[in-house]
Order: sequence, then C-alpha cells, then structure tokens
Amino acid sequence: MTAPATDSSPHRELGLTDAEYDLIVEKLGREPNGVELAMFSLLWSEHCAYKHSRKLLRRLPTEGERVVMGPGENAGAVDVGEGYAIAFKVESHNHPSAVEPFQGAATGVGGILRDVFALGARPIAILDSLRFGELDSVRSRHLLDGAVRGIGHYGNSIGVPTVGGEIYFEEPYEHNCLVNAMCVGVARQSEMVRAAAAGVGNAVVLMGASTGRDGIGGASVLASAELGDGDHAKRPTVQIGDPFEESKLLECCLELLAKGLLVSLQDLGAAGLTSSAGEMASAGRVGIEIDVARVPLREADMEPFEIMVSESQERMLGVVKPARVAEVIAVCEKWQTGAAEIGTVTDNGLVRVLRDGEVVGEMPVEALVDGCPLYDLEPAEPEGWIYGNEDVLAARVAAAAGADADPAAPESALLALLASPSVASKRWAFEQYDSIVGSRTARRPESADAAVLAIPEADSAIAISIDGNGRRVACDPYSGTVEAVLECAQNLACAGAEPLGLTNCLNFGNPEKPVPAWQLDRSVQGLADACEALGVPVVGGNVSLYNEGSEGPIYPTPVVGMVGELPDPNLAAPSGFAREGDAIALLGPFEPSLQGSELAKLRGELDAGLSQPDVAAVARACATVREGVRSGKIASAHDVSDGGLACALAECAIGAGLGCQVDLQHLRERGCSPEEALFGEGSGGFLLSGEREKLEALAGDGVEVLLLGKVSGDAIEVAAGDRSLSLGLDVAGSAWRSLGPQAEADGA
Amino acid sequence: MLWGVVQFPGSCDERDALHACELSGEARLIWHEERDLGGIDAVVVPGGFSYGDYLRAGAIARFSPAMEAVTEFAAAGGPVLGICNGFQVLCETGLLPGALLVNEGLRFACRQVELLVERFSPPAGGKSFNLAGEPLSIPAKHGEGRYWAPEEMLDALEANGQVAFRYAPGQNPNGSARDIAGVRNEAGNVLGLMPHPEHAVDAMTGSTDGLQIFDAVAGARV
Repeated sequence: MTAPATDSSPHRELGLTDAEYDLIVEKLGREPNGVELAMFSLLWSEHCAYKHSRKLLRRLPTEGERVVMGPGENAGAVDVGEGYAIAFKVESHNHPSAVEPFQGAATGVGGILRDVFALGARPIAILDSLRFGELDSVRSRHLLDGAVRGIGHYGNSIGVPTVGGEIYFEEPYEHNCLVNAMCVGVARQSEMVRAAAAGVGNAVVLMGASTGRDGIGGASVLASAELGDGDHAKRPTVQIGDPFEESKLLECCLELLAKGLLVSLQDLGAAGLTSSAGEMASAGRVGIEIDVARVPLREADMEPFEIMVSESQERMLGVVKPARVAEVIAVCEKWQTGAAEIGTVTDNGLVRVLRDGEVVGEMPVEALVDGCPLYDLEPAEPEGWIYGNEDVLAARVAAAAGADADPAAPESALLALLASPSVASKRWAFEQYDSIVGSRTARRPESADAAVLAIPEADSAIAISIDGNGRRVACDPYSGTVEAVLECAQNLACAGAEPLGLTNCLNFGNPEKPVPAWQLDRSVQGLADACEALGVPVVGGNVSLYNEGSEGPIYPTPVVGMVGELPDPNLAAPSGFAREGDAIALLGPFEPSLQGSELAKLRGELDAGLSQPDVAAVARACATVREGVRSGKIASAHDVSDGGLACALAECAIGAGLGCQVDLQHLRERGCSPEEALFGEGSGGFLLSGEREKLEALAGDGVEVLLLGKVSGDAIEVAAGDRSLSLGLDVAGSAWRSLGPQAEADGA
Repeated sequence: MLWGVVQFPGSCDERDALHACELSGEARLIWHEERDLGGIDAVVVPGGFSYGDYLRAGAIARFSPAMEAVTEFAAAGGPVLGICNGFQVLCETGLLPGALLVNEGLRFACRQVELLVERFSPPAGGKSFNLAGEPLSIPAKHGEGRYWAPEEMLDALEANGQVAFRYAPGQNPNGSARDIAGVRNEAGNVLGLMPHPEHAVDAMTGSTDGLQIFDAVAGARV
C-alpha cells in the first residue's frame, strides 16, 4: 500500500507513528493529501487527542450539584447563584515559554482568557503557576524574567487582574520550565454558550486577527515532543501575542453573546482552525465546510494547510444564523475587529476544506477528531529516588545569613529557608501585575492564603487558589497529588470559602516511558481520590506531557486550581497575625516530617516516599477553620506548607510586622523531633491567631487545637528543645524579601 | 451631577471609573468616536492601554473625536480628570504640561502609595479643585508613569501651584521628577494623576481615599 516509512516520511516528521498513519489511510480509504495529513497530525497529537491520558482522566469525578459546564467545553463552570456562574480553567504553555518566555507566557494568558470568554464569561481573574530551574542559573533568571514580563504584558494590557499564583524553583525544570495560566470569569447563565456547532446551513464566522504563518505546528512540534538541543530553531512555532486585539475581541464577543447573536463560539488555540472547526463539528454531530480563500490573511501566498493549522492568536470561531450575519459583522466593525464568513455547518459529517470552491481536503469528523487511538500506559515504579540531590545548605546559609553564620544553628536553617526562592515572598513578581483592575479584588496577593474576589452580581464572593508542589509529587505521585488538592482546600478554608470545583493541569514527562507513565497514573489516582473524598468535582483541565529534556523528565507536576465561595468578601481572614497579644494555635491533623521537605532538599537528602495524608481528617479541619473564619472567631489563618511551621510562623509575623513567642512542646509530645516540629512538612496544619478562648473552642468533632503561644514583640521566638530559635523580624524579613535581588542578579 | 467616562478600544479601568462616578452622581460611557458630550458636568479619561499603547502611551488616543470634544469642554472651563492612561492622554493632548516616561525600574509596578496633597492658591478667576490636604492612600499601577518636564517648567509648575499630588517620601514607584504624582492645568480645571482614585472608593478593596478626588472634581464644575 505504501512505500516503507523512513524518518523523513512526512507523517513521521509530523509526529505520527506508522501505525497511526496506516489507521488514517484505513479510515479515509485512501492516502491523505498534504492538507489532510497536516490536519490529522495535529488533531492526533497528544496535545489535542490526549491519547496517552484520556483513559486515566475517566477516573476523575466530574459531577456535582453546582456544575454548570464540565470537561469537554472550552472551560468548566459552577453555579454561584442569582443566575450567575463562575467559569474557570488552567492551561499550560510550557514548551513555547521554554523557547521564548515572554511571548510564550503572554500567549498562554491570551489563550486561557479566550477559553473563558468563549463561554460568554467576562474574565475577572488570572492566576499563574510557574516552575523554573534554580535561580543561580542564568537561564532560569532569563526565563523567570521573561515569563513574568509576558504575563504582565498581556494581563495588564487587557485589563484582567492577576490575583495570585505560585512559583517554584527546582533543578529538574532547568531545561523545561512550566508556565500554567488559570483564568476565572463570571457569566450570566442565560448568556452562556457551548462550543458545539449546530444548525445545518448556519454560517461559520471567523472573528479577530488575520491569519499568518506564526505558530504553525505548535501543538505537534512543540507541545507533543520532548525539548532538545537546537530548540531555538523552533522559535517560529511560538505565537506572538497582541493583547489589544484580544481586548477588542473580548468586548466584541461578550456584546455578541449579550445580544443573542451567536449559536456557538469556540476559541482558536492549538492547531488553529483545524481543531476549533473539527471539535465544534464533533461536539454538535454535524459537518463543517471552510473555504480558506475567505480567511483574511497576513501573507497572501499562504497554502491551504498553513491556513488550517496556523496558530495565529486572538481569533474566535462563531456559528451564526444566516439572517444574523450582518448584525454580527456590524458589532465586529464597532470593535474594529475582523469578521469573515468562511464556511457553513453541513449535515454530511465531514470536515471539508475548500479553496475558492475547490475541495482541497475532506475527512470524516469522526475520524479526524475522535478517531485517534487511545493508548494504555505501561507504567513501572522506579527503584528509589531518580532525581538529583545536592547539599547546598551551607552555601545557602552563607548567602542568607552571612559567611560567619553557623550552618548547624536553627536560625541559620530558618534564614536559608526563608531566602529559598521557592519559599521567599513573590512580591517582586506580583507587583509587576495589575491585581486590582475590575474593582473585585478584596484580598490582594500575599495578604490572604487565597485570592478573594467580590461577585456583587450574585451578592457573593469567591476565593481562588492554585497549587502543586512537584518535588513532593516526585517523592510519591499519589500522596503528593492528594496534598496539592488538600493545600488548595486549606487555602480556601483560610479565606472562609467552601470549594465549588477544581481544574487541573497535569505536567508530566514522556508518557511512553515507564517512569513518567507510572507517575501520571498514580497522580491521576490521587487527584481522583482526593476530589472524591472532598466532594469537589473536576470541571475541566489540561494535560501537558513530554516535559523533559536531555537530562530527563521534570518533577511530575499536577497543578490544581480550586474555586470556592464565601458569603461576603470582607469575611476572609488575613494570613498574617492581626493583633499584638492574640493567642497562636495549630489546628488540624498535622504530622510534620522532613520527607520531601524544603530543608531535605537544601541538605541533599531527598528520597522516595511520603506519608499518606488523612483526607477525611483534613476535610474536617477545613470545615472548622472555614466556619471559624466566617464567624470571626479566627483573626488570622495560614496553612502550614513549604518550610514547615517555622516558615509559616515567620510569614505570619513578617507580613504583619508583629513578632511571636511560641513553644512547640505539644508537637514534640506527639513524637516529633525538634527539627521535625520546626521544619517538617505535611498536610492538614492551620496556623491560627485570635482570642485564646475562641481558638480553644474550635476543638471538637475530631479536630485538635494546640495552643502554641502568642503574638508578641518584634522577634520570632520558638522554643523547640535543643533547636530553639530566636530571630529578629527585620533579619527574617530581609531574607524573605530577597527574591528580587536574586532574580535580578544580572542587573536586569 | 452627570459624569462622562471616555472609553477607547483598549481602555481597562473605564467600568471602575464609571462605578466610582456613580457614587457621587450619574455617569455614562462616552465612546471614543462620539463628538458630542451631550450635557455632561465633568469628564473622566480613564486608565488602560488605549489603542494598545504600542506606540507611546496616549499618543493615538489624543486624535480621537471624543478627545477633540474633551479639549473644547476643558477650554470652556469644564472639569476634566485624567487617571493613569488618561493622564498620559491629557499630556499628549496638551491639556496638561509634561510627559510620562517609562518607569525608572523599567518594570510595571502595582502597589498602594501614599499621596501628599499639595496646598495651593488658585490664580485669580481660575477654578480649582479643593482637597482637604490629608495624605491619601491610593493604588498606583503602571509601566509608564515617570513624570518628566524640563527643570524650568517644573519650577514654574511649583510656583503656579500646579503640582497637585506628590508621592510620600520613599514611595515614588517610578522615578517621577520631584516625586510628582499629579498635576493641574494653569486654570485649575484639568487634573491628571498616575495613581487610581477609582480603585480607592470601597473599603472592601483597600481604601476610600479616592472618593475625595472625585468629590473635589465634582466641586470644580461650572
């Protein structure tokens, strides 16, 4: 049938296996032509077809009373009452950001915004989850700087506040950084639309920017293969963002939806017109016909396949009743954004590509969109710790506390931890983002454990958190992922919010290799079990595989974004201590361990294994804290996370400018060593402050409250046996605020 | 009191400004192509990235029909408040002196700042904004907010009492000359500032000090 395939065979160059190519030939009953092969290669890529992950994702719970839209739509959405819904989704733009961080991150933000307004929701918040190599690497500083500028460039210009996020620095991300962006929007449910094309004979209208050669092959070339040397040659596959164009397109689409002029709407992301047209047709069980000659182009001589696969940004595809096309075009003209009728909805079940009426490609929708084979993974658990270990504690102590400091002193360890870029304040980054536009931001970054936004439309408020500590997932993919879900739930509880739904981005290595396959399998199971136990539905998400370079895979990094509701934004508790003299308590099933901790990392003592959190007990603690915050019994609330209780205490104290005097004797009675009590990590710990009697009254229903001490003075004083420490707030504060100088070490 | 808030393609804070105006009267958006302001009492030129601001902040917006109308409105003594990008637009239009350059640190900066309100005596016959003089806590967020003018012009502005706001010592986020955060025109009816008073009108979002600026502008109408 075909000549023997070689590495230069077109399908292999486009990332398809020989077996996949043979299957395409079988489904078409003939060899695909160039246009068809290009389109198949994209829709059958991992990025679009989820061929290595779809079977696993079926484990996730996706249903709940509050779910308005679930997986399969442009974004998920949950009910917040009064006829309004909150739409949200997180998505990766890892490989483009590794090649060109500014545009990669900028267009990552642009893409996730389109996913949200495609539903008819006005974007009201952006959060970002970023991972880079260690900050002493020039390359990591370059990527961090570019990604932060890119996020700011897009989000600030389009007028959507960036209200939260997280950044971790770990060696395994050195050659494959992660840039995940989450967008949250608010929609009147009556104005929301789905992505399914409907109505045979309806017009297909392409809106927004014209189509150019940028981003050709992004989904298959960049997103579905490992990064390697010579990736600078892939720079043309990275798209260029234009937030002004998107700002007009956003307002235009929302006006079109408010006027009821669109039957359905879909954004053009990875694989451009090919995926948006194909997926709209598939979801609506119809056919679609597109004439590429009607697509407004930046370069006149583009080939049909280039037009179909271009990933030019700031474009949306709408289905419109023929009688309303003129009105749609008039609204687009008002917003000075492009609009062209490029095709029609048909009843023949085909994606048909024309050029000036002549057929240049014709494929059954079923084969193109849903025909890609789904693969079973072949997971194998590795023996022990497969990533590096380096003892940098002495060097980090010298950098943070001075060359004379004793590396063995607990004060030195605390300073090194506070100055560790993953733990240090991220103010340097978030001050580069507009966090307040829209007048909804009730808690700005770092003032509370979760971002809090007012939803006056529904007389309500939401809290949002995004989390995922890849190092701990590397120690144990199952427990580490459970912890990521619990950390989000704990952050929401600190804000007084109850979870409504969850989105996730699964960033993993090559799923065709046994170890990343095992990590992915165990992580998805952890995600499913934690969501099930907490009763939080997964309403959408994204998978990013092949995140590895020549040095091996990244830490397995499931990034979890959670949205919750609270009755009044003013109720959210601050993270930092509120008043001199308040009592300080530890609430919840916190069993600190040095396994997988920040301190173990600095000492080069990482190893496989992590104890499994008691999800039910953490859920009870979350409920207690949530109610305590809402009723005002808790004056401040912060979850115990990276760097353990000592870092949590320091963060609460530095943020408020109030010192503390605590004794960790109670934890030591639970069997912790002094060091575990100070720096051990694990789920379930809430560090609270408030009036002593009110905090004590929180105990009960299986929830334990340990009184640790009080808010007092201008130092962090912790009694922990032979590891007791005392550190002035000014000294601790300057270590914690050292991210900027570290990030700008090149004088940037 | 009827406020008009100009909306350009790429405006970001126009709905926030509209909301703030509605706390002291009625308000409507003015689309950038409108040439007739239709009986409004005061104009706000809001923040954002008008026309993308890819050329130079405010450089294109100044040519819009709405800004022609605003220029006539100001010439007739109507109160005009320019915030952030609106301040940049007013400087580009020539309604306010000076220019806004890229921040000294070359990065966008979003933070709460303390503003010192300058006391001044308006020129005879000129209208003026009346502010109490207490420091105001208001957020600033911009990448091109470094106020600049030639030294002689800065001296003249200070002599005329045209410096309206300064950043409190140590709080200048952008390297503005003489810590200037906002200026008036000579007549006193046009005011521009980089910080965002429309984001300081509700304790829920951090401060209510911005209300004083809207009240002062409302008080300066003909």
